[in-house]
Amino acid sequence: MTDRIEQRINSLNKRLNSEKRFRIYCIGAMSFALAWVLILFLNIFSSGYSAFYRTVIQVDVPFLNLIEDTTQFSEMSSEDINNLSMYSFSKKAIYGLFPDIEEKKDKKMLIRLFSIEFEQEIREFLKSNKSNINETETIYLTASDDVDQVNKGNYPRDLDEDKRRIKDIQLLFFDDLVDRGLVSYEFNLPFLMRGDSREPELAGVGGSIVGSLFTILVVLILSFPIGIFAAIYLEEFASKNRVTDFIEININNLAAVPSIVFGLLGLGIILNTFGLPRSTPLVGGIVLSLMTLPTIIIATRASLRAVPPSIREGALAVGATKMQAVMHHVVPVAMPGALTGTIIGLAQALGETAPLLLIGMVAFVVDVPQTPLDASASLPVQVYLWSESAERGYVEKTSATIMMLLGFLILMNLAAVLIRRKFETKW
Amino acid sequence: MGFILISLIILIGITSYFLGNLRAKNLRTSNQKNLKSLSHYYGYYVALWALVPALLILLMITSFKSFFIEQYVLSDFIALGSYTETELSLLFTQIENTALGIKLFDENTILIDGAVNKLNYINKTIENLTYVTVLGLSGLLVLYSLFNINNKLNSRKIVEKFLLVLYFTCSLVAIMTTVGIIFSLLYETLRFFSQVPIADFLFGLNWSPQRVFVREAGDLDTRDLANAFGAVPLFAGTFLIALIAMCVSVPVGLLTAIYMSEYASPKVRDWAKPIIEILAGIPTVVYGFFAALTVAPLVRDIGQGAGLTVSSESALAAGFVMGIMIIPFISSLSDDVIKSVPQSLREGSYAMGATKRETIVKVLLPAALPGIVGSFLLAVSRAIGETMIVVMAAGLNAKLTANPLDAATTITTQIVVILIGDQEFDSPKTQSAFALGLTLFVVTLALNFIALQVVKKYTERYD
Repeated sequence: MTDRIEQRINSLNKRLNSEKRFRIYCIGAMSFALAWVLILFLNIFSSGYSAFYRTVIQVDVPFLNLIEDTTQFSEMSSEDINNLSMYSFSKKAIYGLFPDIEEKKDKKMLIRLFSIEFEQEIREFLKSNKSNINETETIYLTASDDVDQVNKGNYPRDLDEDKRRIKDIQLLFFDDLVDRGLVSYEFNLPFLMRGDSREPELAGVGGSIVGSLFTILVVLILSFPIGIFAAIYLEEFASKNRVTDFIEININNLAAVPSIVFGLLGLGIILNTFGLPRSTPLVGGIVLSLMTLPTIIIATRASLRAVPPSIREGALAVGATKMQAVMHHVVPVAMPGALTGTIIGLAQALGETAPLLLIGMVAFVVDVPQTPLDASASLPVQVYLWSESAERGYVEKTSATIMMLLGFLILMNLAAVLIRRKFETKW
Repeated sequence: MGFILISLIILIGITSYFLGNLRAKNLRTSNQKNLKSLSHYYGYYVALWALVPALLILLMITSFKSFFIEQYVLSDFIALGSYTETELSLLFTQIENTALGIKLFDENTILIDGAVNKLNYINKTIENLTYVTVLGLSGLLVLYSLFNINNKLNSRKIVEKFLLVLYFTCSLVAIMTTVGIIFSLLYETLRFFSQVPIADFLFGLNWSPQRVFVREAGDLDTRDLANAFGAVPLFAGTFLIALIAMCVSVPVGLLTAIYMSEYASPKVRDWAKPIIEILAGIPTVVYGFFAALTVAPLVRDIGQGAGLTVSSESALAAGFVMGIMIIPFISSLSDDVIKSVPQSLREGSYAMGATKRETIVKVLLPAALPGIVGSFLLAVSRAIGETMIVVMAAGLNAKLTANPLDAATTITTQIVVILIGDQEFDSPKTQSAFALGLTLFVVTLALNFIALQVVKKYTERYD
């Protein structure tokens, strides 16, 4: 008798224990998923935030050596200043940091502490301050990528010299400049404004932000009206027949087609058959519109379906035509849902990369595009391009680009949530 | 020019709306004519006449313009008869560049100069012609439709008919997209299979299209082609990486779904669910970067610590990160399915004295199984079609391997590798990417179809 009871108790304990274990597994699985969200964000942010400031080195530029009277600059046009030969002058200004150096090799190393555009930077300074140049001006010149990374502590200093991109003598110079208080940080505005570059310290996301904006604009212009019209037709006017069934099946299938297949469509039809220009936001926008359409159509249809029949019937009862009932009464009520769907679709399109690779939006573009017909990159493509580059400086730039991309996505999704909260009517 | 012209047309459209509206109102008051529709419908009616034909003509002109210009400019060269089609199109690009002031070559100067002049002339003429035709047509039709307004005309019906046709056309875009995808994939694929036997593609063990590319200058040996385009290593790599991804996402996703639907308090649910769904909203290129820069080195270091040789582009790293990406697909779909199991089944099970775990494992999961399997299939199709993670983190060279620590390549990776940058369009190498794309399209479509059927069958059972 007692044996039996004991057996029961044992088996009950076993069952309860396995219940506990199972619960722990479940919590573990969920924490695992949540942890990866955290790891992903921490990883990106910790390696990316440093791209938003940059190292500059303070250099005294004796403009008196370039010209006898510095007031003369104010009479020069920008073109005159462009024609001035400033290369050796700029170099000498940098040598002025360490007047004792004699050897040519060391001088070269010193120059390499700066970005290759140091001459251009001095020229720009001259252009924008030409009416007000003193004999000697203090200018903050961009440091080279290697110096920038060492200064931010992203690059190990204790490697062997031949394994390191920055040489011992350069580190000596650099430490001395730090001691003299000439090295400082400033907000990395050029990173936000400029196009791509082969030099990490000069590369910016400005071009790809504009490219992304143009692409999204094209997507919005194409897919918003087409998507909404298609949804209105299918939900309000279509009679149930083979054609509309076929359209429905097609829309659902398109939503599941891998994005790269849309890239093949763009390459085969839009570029090669219609001959639209490669690498442009226009073509990228068209391809992404086709991808986004199913999302918009499905969301709009759902919100049209949620409008109670009483609204339609009320309008019809007072003599409106079917079209008037739909356009004046049903669609305005369904609009918040359609807008939410559109924004979510646009957010998907903004993050999409694969189809853009196939239609050539991976071109290396230095200029910020002016129209949707200029070759350009987009934010996610920029991430791909920079992640393929070997230089250390591109790692933080890539992470920073991702931060901006995620920022845009969060904003868009927030907008979608707000629109839904504010305007959606519950029936 | 396009921008100015389109703004002008739109301006005409807006004005004509007001004109039509005004004329209808005037007719109503002055002649006591009983018009059949409200005044503003006559405005829309006139505006449609102003806009639609003009825009259609403009569209036609812009799409046929470049072909016509090319024929006209190159007519001298075509008359010579000594140029092939590719040479001609190259020549045209050079002429265009010369017209822009970029001089790149100096042979045939007289003909080229003539062609440049011709190009400038024809461009100017066509631009002027476009302006005259489009604006003239638009203006004439406005006048025509304004005088057409009378008491027999029911403009509301016409406008509504037009809108209906417009809506229907928009809904056809989905069909046209599908047709476009199938057409473009099939066209290139058939050309590919005319050079490479289909059996060699589907069952060949060696994938190295680069080799063909190098040898393209000489004649292509059919044996070479057969040896270069065996896609089995790609299928195997895709399968391997998708399998790893599923190994991560299935247990995590399913257990998360169970926790969400059966254990979690509404409060926990409310904040945990959106956070996990963030994973689905992150662009795949971000996962790719994360996999290539953080996870792959980690996997390599751990592997080397354990004395294993791990490739720096291991299938494990790519598959693992892909698995994390897929978790929300499985968890939210399975969550819905488990929640929709009728409450009576749960209560019946509890009434028999079953613990929660026993209820879940022995009652709920079997009941929800078809739906859960459907969600797995959808996730597999997602994993197979995923591109950026594998392009950035998986290997580029095709090697037949089942070792997750080795580099493996996938169908999507090879499509990108082949088609990125400039490509020659007539080579079997380029066409092979389309054949891969078609395979991908068919497989994902089949998976989705099966998944939807399974889910559908299940939902019918309890409704």
